[in-house]
Amino acid sequence: MIRFFAHRLKVFPSQLLFLTMAFVFLVSGSSAWAQFKVEVTGVGVTQVPVHLNGFRDEGQSPQKISAIIQADLERSAQFRVSTTALSLDETSRPDVSMLRARGAENFVTGSVTKLADGRFDVRFRLWDLMKSQDLGGASYAVVPGDLRRAAHQISDFIYEKLTGDKGIFSTRIAYVTKNGNRFNLWIADADGDNAQPALTSPEPIISPSWAPNGVQLAYVSFESRKPVVYVHDVASGKRKIVANFKGSNSAPSWSPDGQQMAVTLSRDGGSQIFLIPSSGGEAQRLTQSASIDTEPVFTPDASAIYFVSDRGGSPQIYRMPAKGGPVQRVTFNGSYNISPSISPDGKKLAYISRQGGQFKLYIMDLQTEQFEALSDTSADEKPSFAPNGKLIIYATQLAGKEALMTVNWENKTAVRLNGQAGDIREPNWGPFMKSN
Amino acid sequence: MKKFFLLNCVLASVLLVSACSTVKLNEVPVEDKSGSGISADSLNGANVKSGIASVQAQGLGKMVLGPVNVDKVIYFDFDSYMLRADAQPVVQAHADYLRNNKDKKISLEGNTDERGGSEYNLALGQKRADAVKKALSILGVNESQIEAVSFGKEKPAVQGAEESAFAKNRRVELSYR
Repeated sequence: MIRFFAHRLKVFPSQLLFLTMAFVFLVSGSSAWAQFKVEVTGVGVTQVPVHLNGFRDEGQSPQKISAIIQADLERSAQFRVSTTALSLDETSRPDVSMLRARGAENFVTGSVTKLADGRFDVRFRLWDLMKSQDLGGASYAVVPGDLRRAAHQISDFIYEKLTGDKGIFSTRIAYVTKNGNRFNLWIADADGDNAQPALTSPEPIISPSWAPNGVQLAYVSFESRKPVVYVHDVASGKRKIVANFKGSNSAPSWSPDGQQMAVTLSRDGGSQIFLIPSSGGEAQRLTQSASIDTEPVFTPDASAIYFVSDRGGSPQIYRMPAKGGPVQRVTFNGSYNISPSISPDGKKLAYISRQGGQFKLYIMDLQTEQFEALSDTSADEKPSFAPNGKLIIYATQLAGKEALMTVNWENKTAVRLNGQAGDIREPNWGPFMKSN
Repeated sequence: MKKFFLLNCVLASVLLVSACSTVKLNEVPVEDKSGSGISADSLNGANVKSGIASVQAQGLGKMVLGPVNVDKVIYFDFDSYMLRADAQPVVQAHADYLRNNKDKKISLEGNTDERGGSEYNLALGQKRADAVKKALSILGVNESQIEAVSFGKEKPAVQGAEESAFAKNRRVELSYR
């Protein structure tokens, strides 16, 4: 058995660390694993070391389970993953002292077995090498189309055991692509892979927003040559217009209980924030200004709404009670702060700030009001927190091309998502699902 | 780079040798392939991977023609939502047409250049559409004939990240229904 591990480090003038890791495995000299590549940029990374052993017989499965787990863990920027190709699986006890001597603290083994009915049995076990302790394992019998999902669930298990927080690898994201005059709304795995189109339209689609139940998506579609808010059940494809008042209807945002939606309507002139039932119905006006009020988002406790207003002369983020009422300005730095997203614990605000002509992802601690830039890109848009609050997905441009990125806001490590080439934008991170 | 690579090759061979000494122990709580103790967390394709049903939106057909020989686009200055002087005769011509054709409806589609966020640009495009709507109302057009909407930055007339493209994209398109 031969194993190569190439590791490249480069330091940019900006003092940012740019890491390119290319992993090439050659198993038994015969079945070569597909090359797998993850790009990581960031600084000050503190990470849990994990040794990931190639899953026994995964070369015979259409998905390389250990490579998917590795990419997941690396994308979180909370792990330092190294790989081994030892003849071990979930039934073996690893040589703890040998692995510890290699600097490994945690160890994952597993196997993939093809079943007679065409499904695959994926098994794994996680070891704490420092305590010589078996941290548990699981078995998943899945059809080939669910192998990625099994891998993401294993990543979630490892993540939760080693960090104490819930993993987000088996959650879903929504985003929009544009190809010529074709607009597509996609549902994909949290890593950007496995994308499936929910809607195809000759007109733009913006602002997808997952319902708290994770099965419906609200969005703005221009298919009737005006912005109209739809709610779309992604499994059945059934959809319903929930806001089609005279003028523009946009910026849907679900209340935490899923019963209501804040939207921006121009029906009374200007752009103002209204509350509507999420099944559609009467609109109740929440803001009363002669300015632009838009991009409402509820706080997780449903007590307040953050939104964007230019009432002070430039677009800034404000906060008001969820039923409307006194408005309080939140951002003061710079003359353009938009697209608020609140972390699931309600403590952080992610937003886009224009600084020196560049649009950058920022994060603000809502208690201390300290803020900082999170990206080294310059055309950032539409941040959205992962349901565990650790990562933020956003749209940006890399080398002039639209791209989606996730960033760990604690160590500022950003990773580009897999998926479509071409114009890709308007990401939104879905909630934890019950089946997770 | 080369050094790293060599180092890793050495490390790999060390691991390979060690691999041979790895033994399976029976006294530890490791299960065999029968899987007892491994949670029967079977993924069922039917309920875990909720499939996605793809929907095709149709879009509207072609618009009705309005007044002939009258511009159907009004341009705006950077960061401005006021009608320029050169827009006045265009607005006047549409107002005359709508007053004389009360069965006709007009959609005013506001647009912005590509800079900034999609939703905030939608609101800015709306300001442009609202400005044209107001001008038509002042000229006596019945409000029920007008709908002011916005495409924000989503439907640029011209591609490009330079001012000449931006100027062509800061506009309201007047389309009849």
